Amino acid sequence: MIMKALYLAGSLLTAGLLLGGCGGDSDPSETAMYKVTLTNLTYAQPMSPMAVVLHQKSYTLFDIGSSASVSLEKLAEGGDNSILLDKADTKDEVTAALGGNGLILPGATDSLTISGVNAECISVASMLVNTNDAFTGASCIDISTLKKGTQSSMTLVTYDAGSEENSESAGTIPGPVGGGEGYSATRDDRDFVTVHNGVITVDDGLADSALSMTHRWDNPTAKVTVERL
Amino acid sequence: MLRGILKSAAAVALLGGVINAAEIDVKIVNATGGTYFTPLLVATHAADVSLFQSGETASDALQAMAEGGDISSLSSDLDLTGAMIAENPAGGLLAPGAETMTTLMSDTQNTTLSIVAMMLPTNDGFVALNSWTIPTEPGTYKVQLQAYDAGTEGNDEIVNGGGAPGVAGIPADPGGNAGSGATGVEAVAEGFVHTHRGVLGDQDASGGISDLDSRVHRWLNPVATAIITVQ
Repeated sequence: MIMKALYLAGSLLTAGLLLGGCGGDSDPSETAMYKVTLTNLTYAQPMSPMAVVLHQKSYTLFDIGSSASVSLEKLAEGGDNSILLDKADTKDEVTAALGGNGLILPGATDSLTISGVNAECISVASMLVNTNDAFTGASCIDISTLKKGTQSSMTLVTYDAGSEENSESAGTIPGPVGGGEGYSATRDDRDFVTVHNGVITVDDGLADSALSMTHRWDNPTAKVTVERL
Repeated sequence: MLRGILKSAAAVALLGGVINAAEIDVKIVNATGGTYFTPLLVATHAADVSLFQSGETASDALQAMAEGGDISSLSSDLDLTGAMIAENPAGGLLAPGAETMTTLMSDTQNTTLSIVAMMLPTNDGFVALNSWTIPTEPGTYKVQLQAYDAGTEGNDEIVNGGGAPGVAGIPADPGGNAGSGATGVEAVAEGFVHTHRGVLGDQDASGGISDLDSRVHRWLNPVATAIITVQ
């Protein structure tokens, strides 16, 4: 029911745009609507509610080799996207910032619709919750040439926020396997973002690990589709 | 008006077949958390030239790069083909998370881009972009680089200084996280270049099967990203 109402509202909005009649796909000052869909490709790593940011190129969600922002750290260590979204929302170079509908279980998909003017990129992030500070995502999917009615898909790898040591101990993993602490202010790892080197797990000799081999992954860990409505 | 003039100028140039050169900016980022890259070799070269081919035996020049980080033979091989080469843009090792930048030219002959460097600490692992076709359309392109195994040395994971071609062992761990006294992973030279299966490592700094640390020295692809701007 709610979904239907939203759908109708969406149709009206689209109709409104069409009636507006400006029509040109390349006019950045026109409101553009994007449906962003994330699919969890892992076996046993639920993903936290996604953060989706619609923005200009001058905004950076994360960058390999650079220190993670505190708001990204909160998402990557604890699965909490709220700070990241609030912070992004205050920036001039951000058009819109929205959170997903909830946890994305292995094999499951979540979608949201985000819209605004003058956007060049969509960035996405979601924590692999049975880890210390691993997240999947994309920093600037270029949407500047995406035409109305078309879509673009890509696979995503998993990154290490580098803000928390990968001890894999239960007390430090917020997901169902650990039930431990999420965000902690201490930075006790290398303090820059990298492609994650995977989890070791107790099955591969890390004695204190709460993880088993089922929690390992290989890249890609997620698929994202951006459709311009 | 200006655009019109530029367009005509370009048309004339194309007709004349003279100018088809483009400047290529290449930014390379080490995306690993604990693996260093030895001096990088970056080159634009002809499409029918390649530094290696998966499934094929590595050349002696590739072996020297992959086992010991020596790019001189690969570079001189490329030079003979008329390639444009940038050696060692990082001025030494490219550390985990670090980036470097270089600028090359492409032209009608040199239409593909390759990047290689040994990964340390590994026996004969290397990061590569292998004969990537340079787009003719100006723009910025992001590509992901994978780790390969040259197949010329068994991956025993013993850090003993062995970097010369044919000498067993790993030259060094620049990050200082490797252990010592390992019995070694039983391994033979595979005989052909392939996607690297990763290192094993262990958590025993003074023994165990491997001198590498499984928490530090493992990786998953991609091990590097390259941001390529065609002017």
